[in-house]
Amino acid sequence: MGEDGESPKINHSFLRDYVTEADVISTVEFNQTGDLLATGDKGGRVVIFQRETEPKGESEELCESGEYNVYSTFQSHEPDFDYLKSLEIEEKINKIRWLPQQNAAHFLLSTNDKTIKLWKVSERDKRPEGYNLKDEEGRIKDISTVTSLRVPVLKPTDLMVEVRPRRIFANGHTYHVNSISVNSDGETYLSADDLRINMWHLDITDRSFNIVDIKPANMEDLTEVITAAEFHPHHCHMFVYSSSKGTLRLCDMRESALCDKHSKIFEEPEDPGNRSFFSEIISSVSDVKFSHSGRYLLTRDYLTVKVWDLNMEKGPVETYQVHEYLRSKLCSLYENDCIFDKFECVWNSTDSVIMTGAYNSFFRMFDRETGRGVTLEAWRESSKPRAVLRTRRVYTGGRRRRGDVGVDSLDFSKKILHMAWHPAENIIAIAATNNLYIFQDRVNPENQ
Amino acid sequence: MIHSLWMNDQMLFSCSGCVSACTLVSFSTVLGCHPCFRLNMFSKGTKRKFSDGGEEISEETLVGARMASSYSLQRQSLLDMSLIKLQLCHMLVEPNLCRSVLIANTVRQIQEEMTHDGSWQVVTEAFCSAGQSPSERLVATEVLCRSREQDAEPKLFSVISYEGCREEEVVADETLCSVSVSDAVSNVCLAGSIGQCWEKSDVETDDEALEDSRLGSGEDEEIDTEDEPSREGPKTIGQVFGTFEIKNSSPGPDSALEELFSDVDTSYYDLDTMLTGMQSAPKMGPYDLLDSLAPSHGSSSIVSAPNCRSDLNELDHIMEIIVGS
Repeated sequence: MGEDGESPKINHSFLRDYVTEADVISTVEFNQTGDLLATGDKGGRVVIFQRETEPKGESEELCESGEYNVYSTFQSHEPDFDYLKSLEIEEKINKIRWLPQQNAAHFLLSTNDKTIKLWKVSERDKRPEGYNLKDEEGRIKDISTVTSLRVPVLKPTDLMVEVRPRRIFANGHTYHVNSISVNSDGETYLSADDLRINMWHLDITDRSFNIVDIKPANMEDLTEVITAAEFHPHHCHMFVYSSSKGTLRLCDMRESALCDKHSKIFEEPEDPGNRSFFSEIISSVSDVKFSHSGRYLLTRDYLTVKVWDLNMEKGPVETYQVHEYLRSKLCSLYENDCIFDKFECVWNSTDSVIMTGAYNSFFRMFDRETGRGVTLEAWRESSKPRAVLRTRRVYTGGRRRRGDVGVDSLDFSKKILHMAWHPAENIIAIAATNNLYIFQDRVNPENQ
Repeated sequence: MIHSLWMNDQMLFSCSGCVSACTLVSFSTVLGCHPCFRLNMFSKGTKRKFSDGGEEISEETLVGARMASSYSLQRQSLLDMSLIKLQLCHMLVEPNLCRSVLIANTVRQIQEEMTHDGSWQVVTEAFCSAGQSPSERLVATEVLCRSREQDAEPKLFSVISYEGCREEEVVADETLCSVSVSDAVSNVCLAGSIGQCWEKSDVETDDEALEDSRLGSGEDEEIDTEDEPSREGPKTIGQVFGTFEIKNSSPGPDSALEELFSDVDTSYYDLDTMLTGMQSAPKMGPYDLLDSLAPSHGSSSIVSAPNCRSDLNELDHIMEIIVGS
């Protein structure tokens, strides 16, 4: 990968631009095979896209892959009201996580601030016809008109996708749920709010185990909250959670029932040269992800993404500057609350590339092997369908090139917070406010 | 729809922050990304004696003093901004706890720094002389005065303010600074009667502590720890996060404080507000606003609440029984 805009090696195609009815997308997630892509929005709805299985167009075309089309839409959460505190509970979907597929149906967990729901997504493409007692419209027949008996047969119909709630995990959280993570054992999952992490069994909705509780006895002593949590991809007893002070805590559930005491704590010592009143705020980790291998952790704080080796606690092994040019603007960003934006970060399928979002509809990809980063833009005016995505640059000094964007002309309302990377291929889904962009690498569709 | 709502909130913050906007031009420069300036200036612990105007004042000292005062100005406006942010909460939806915690930590940090260099006393002294009436300013003071960290972790750097100092300053080491009272106040909007009342004792305690430090006790952490404010400390920060669950009320406030608010108009006091807000608020701070504003009642309750402390305590008691907390 190269920072250079003229590099011919990158050849991304812009497939489709989906508008989800002017509602802001709040989460994006591929399932384990990548055939399904779910998005949640602030209106509490979930839209599932499915990849077409038959490749379209001429088959001589190199690496022609399917496109994503809307598969199903449903209302996951409704606005709610907490009568005790006289506060509304937003229906915004904070996170969606797919369960590993076990049968023909698909299951996903979706959560708002308080309640987690398990949804079953199933297809129906056949229907029985030829009932004896009912006619085609379902009205009961007059028995006197029935002269012979027949066996109903299944006839193919148009595909119908049914989504039904199977479990509702309510009343588990006093604070706002920020993360859910399905365990590799396939039976349990964790949900994390600002101060507590609970572990649930997928079949049991009236009980959950509290595994982390950082609520102090006196709330006035509260200085740190949980910002994200995730189970290890292979070890069902291990999980990590990040805090607003920039620390990561790896916990082993075999050690004790309550994992307040961490097994490992990952923390980078503060750089005294860069210290300011905003140091703590920008060190707050907004997202943490295990690598697919399970060996590394990826974290995002306000200005950087960091890769941590689970075996080394004293600091990250790699640090990438996402938008260092914002360091001198921290006060303005504090004033307009942008400094509290929570960006997500993702790995590619081989853990060789990491990606995260930024402002002005920009998002960044970093190649871990070369250490270089590239800036791309998710903005429909500059991209046509199937056009090659060109790299962008923020001008921070030196020779100014055509197309460079000045720091002061960045649009801070266009932020790329949510994104997902296909588990096997080089397909990425980027949420830009109410638009979903799906990009595909046509040159290298499969990861080498 | 939600999208536009968010945009409005953003504009709201822009408006509320515009007061401080004028000072923010070089704000980042001083505070955001050149903290090393301060370290360079004050890296060596030297004993300096402030000289009155008339004796030789070096160029460096003047420049330093000017930069230090602009730093104070900007730090002050950061403080104002932070307090406004804490006060302005989403009345319909529960405020974001992470954001509140981060802002509260920032406020604490500023306040500690200001206490270190004595600017906090500066503000209070000037306020006493100005004799301003308590309004929402009082609220801000509450927060600052009460947010005391009990842990004694050493400060990463110290701030030494030389703005118009009148008394002798001693800098024992990097983390210890003892700057006494100055009457050059740039911004008094953060003082309130409550602060006035117990800040005086604060000053006394500080002076005593300063004496000790000059004798070379070297225990810089202790200087910060004052008993009076810390007694009241637990309440206020707790109010921020108290929004999120029902807390037990704490024992009553000082009668002296009540006297201060005897002239506050109690007509705004709304029993329903307090009950609906489900908060015990014997003392008000900006964090308390989160509670009282939660049920969408106006800021009038902020002013009146402090005056009705004893009533509130009774209410708290009743609420506890009802809720069974």
